[in-house]
Amino acid sequence: MSMQQSAPFFRMTGITKSYLMGGEWTPVLKGVSLSLEPGEFLSILGPSGSGKSTLMNLIGCLDTPTSGEYLLRGRRVDALSADELARIRNRDIGFVFQSFQLLPRLNALSNVELPLVYAGVAPAKRRERAEQMLERVGLADRMRYLPNQLSGGKQQRVAIARALVTNPAILLADEPTGALDQRTGGQVMDLFSRLHQEGRTLVMITHDPHIARRASRLMRLLDGELSEGAQEDA
Amino acid sequence: MLRESLRMSLSNILGNKLRSLLTTLGIVIGVMAIIALVTIMQSATSEVSAQFESLGAGKLTVQASGTPLKRGLNANDLAAVEALEGVDGISPTLSQEMYAAHGDAVVQDVLVKGYGFAYFRRESDAMARGRPLTPIDQDALSRVCLVDAKLAAELFAGEDPLGKSLTLNGVRFAVVGLLQEADSGDMLSQLNAGGESGTVILPYTTYQRVFGAGLVTSLEVYVRDPALTASVSDELEETLGRAFNYRDDSYTVINMESLLDVMDTMMGLMTNLLVGIASIALLVGGIGIMNMMLVSVTERTGEIGLRKALGARPRSIQFQFLMESVILSLLGGLLGTALGLALSLGLSRLMDIPFTFSPGAVALGAGFSLAVGVVFGWAPARKASHLNPIDALRSV
Repeated sequence: MSMQQSAPFFRMTGITKSYLMGGEWTPVLKGVSLSLEPGEFLSILGPSGSGKSTLMNLIGCLDTPTSGEYLLRGRRVDALSADELARIRNRDIGFVFQSFQLLPRLNALSNVELPLVYAGVAPAKRRERAEQMLERVGLADRMRYLPNQLSGGKQQRVAIARALVTNPAILLADEPTGALDQRTGGQVMDLFSRLHQEGRTLVMITHDPHIARRASRLMRLLDGELSEGAQEDA
Repeated sequence: MLRESLRMSLSNILGNKLRSLLTTLGIVIGVMAIIALVTIMQSATSEVSAQFESLGAGKLTVQASGTPLKRGLNANDLAAVEALEGVDGISPTLSQEMYAAHGDAVVQDVLVKGYGFAYFRRESDAMARGRPLTPIDQDALSRVCLVDAKLAAELFAGEDPLGKSLTLNGVRFAVVGLLQEADSGDMLSQLNAGGESGTVILPYTTYQRVFGAGLVTSLEVYVRDPALTASVSDELEETLGRAFNYRDDSYTVINMESLLDVMDTMMGLMTNLLVGIASIALLVGGIGIMNMMLVSVTERTGEIGLRKALGARPRSIQFQFLMESVILSLLGGLLGTALGLALSLGLSRLMDIPFTFSPGAVALGAGFSLAVGVVFGWAPARKASHLNPIDALRSV
C-alpha cells in the first residue's frame, strides 16, 4: 500500500497474560510477539482454549497485558487509563463479534450510530454516516428493522457496518462466521475480502481453517504461543 | 450524550412496564403519603389558625377565681385594669340563667350576660339590627338589653322586638338591639353561645346592680395595638396580683396569640413526625429501586460490555444507569404527587376543611424522589461502570 508509512501498524513484543484460576496464576499467553503492516489481512487460527480470545482482547485494547510491550500506531497502549483505552476502542478499532452483539431494542440504524454517540458526533451527522455505511453493506432497505427481524447474515452485516462507521484503522473480528451457515458465512467473508482490497487492515480470529485461509497472512496460536503458519498444513 | 442517555433510559423503563411500575411503587406510596400529610396538615393548621385569629388578636382573657376573702374583681380593680397603658377597653363577662317574659310568653333557662360596651367596639359584626351597648348605657346603668334571634322568636312570636320590652326574673328591660346569629365562624363563640332558650346581653354595670353580682370573675381586656400584647399582659398580671394580694392561683391570663404560637409549634412538630414516618416508605422504595437497578446491571452485563467495546467511557456508563434510576424515581414521584394531591383533596372534602394547594409540597415530592434516585442509583451505576468489558462481553 502506501510506502510512506514504513512503521508497522502495531507491534507486540513479549506479551504475556496470566489469569488467576483456582488460586494460582495460569499463563494464557506466553510471550507473544507479533507485528502487523497496514493493509494486511491477518487471520489467527487456533483451537478453543489456545488463548486466541485473550489475544484478541489485548489487540482490541479491551484488556491490558500482564507484561510485554504493545505499540499501536507508534503509541504504547499497555499502560493507558480506562478513559484513554475507551477512546482508542472508539476511534481506532472496529469490533465484529461471533454473536453480533446488536442491542435488541434499537433498530439497525441506531445500532450503527452507537459508536458515533460515544465519539460525540452530532445527531444529524451520525444519521447520515450510519445510513451511508448500511448502504455499503447492502442493507439500505433494512435500516429501520430491529435485529430480531433480520437474518443472522444481515445482523452480522449490521454489526460490520457498526464496526466501520467510525472509520477505524483496524477491524477486529472474533469468529465472525461462527454463528452463520456456510452460505451467509461466505458472504460475510466476501465482504471482508472486499474491505481488504479497499486497503483496510483486518485481524480475524477463527478455529476454522477454511475461513482462515481467506486471509492474506495466517498465524497459528497453540497453548499461548504464536507461530507463522504455512497455508498448506492448515 | 444527555439526550441519548435519556432516550435509552426511557426505552429501558418502558420496555419493562410492569417491573418499572412495581419498582416505583414504594416511591409512589412514600411521596403520596408525604404530599397528602403535608397538604392536610397545612390545611388544618391554617383552618385552626383562622379560627383562633377570628377570636381577635390583641385580646387578653382573665379568669379570676380570687381568694377566699375576695372572690373576684371589684370596680376599683376593673378601673385599674382599664387605666393600664395600652389597654383599649375591657368587657367583664357575667352570666346566669334566668326566666324571661313578655306579655303571656315566658321562657325558662335564658342565658343572661353582662358585657362591657368595649365588646361591641371590637366585635363589629355582633349586631344584626338596632344599636349595641354604649358607654352611656354602662355609666347610667340603663335598663336596656340585646336579644338573639332564638329568644326573639320564642318571646315575641313574629313581632319585631325592637322598641318592646321584656322582663328578666321580673325586672323590666327595653330591647334596643338584635344580636347576630352566632354562626359557625369561630369555635369560642360557639362555646359561649348560650342557652338552649336564647341569650340576652345587658350592660355589665346594670347586671351587677339589678342582679346583685358584685365581683367579676371573667374579663376580656382589649389591647390597643396587638404588638403591645405581651407588655400589657405583664402589667395586667401585676395589677391582678396586687388585687389578690399576690396569692398563687388566684387568676389566669390567657393570651390567644401565645396559644396560637404553641399550637403552631405543635402542628409543625406533628407534621415533621408524620413526614418522618412516611419517609420510611420512601426509604423502602429507594431500596426497591436499588435492587431493581442491580438486577438490571446484571441482566445487561453484555450490553455494558458491548458499549465499552464501542468506546463508552466508564463515566458514560455510570451516567446512563444513574439517569435511569433518577427517571424511574422521578416518574414514581410524579405519580405519587398526583395521587397525594388527589388524596388530600378528597380528605379535605371529607373533613370539611378548605383544600390549600401547596407548591411547596410538590417541590418536596419532586425533590425527595430525585434524591432517592441519585442516592440509591449511585451504587448500581458505579458497579456497571466498573465492569470489565471482557467479563461483560463473555457473559453473553
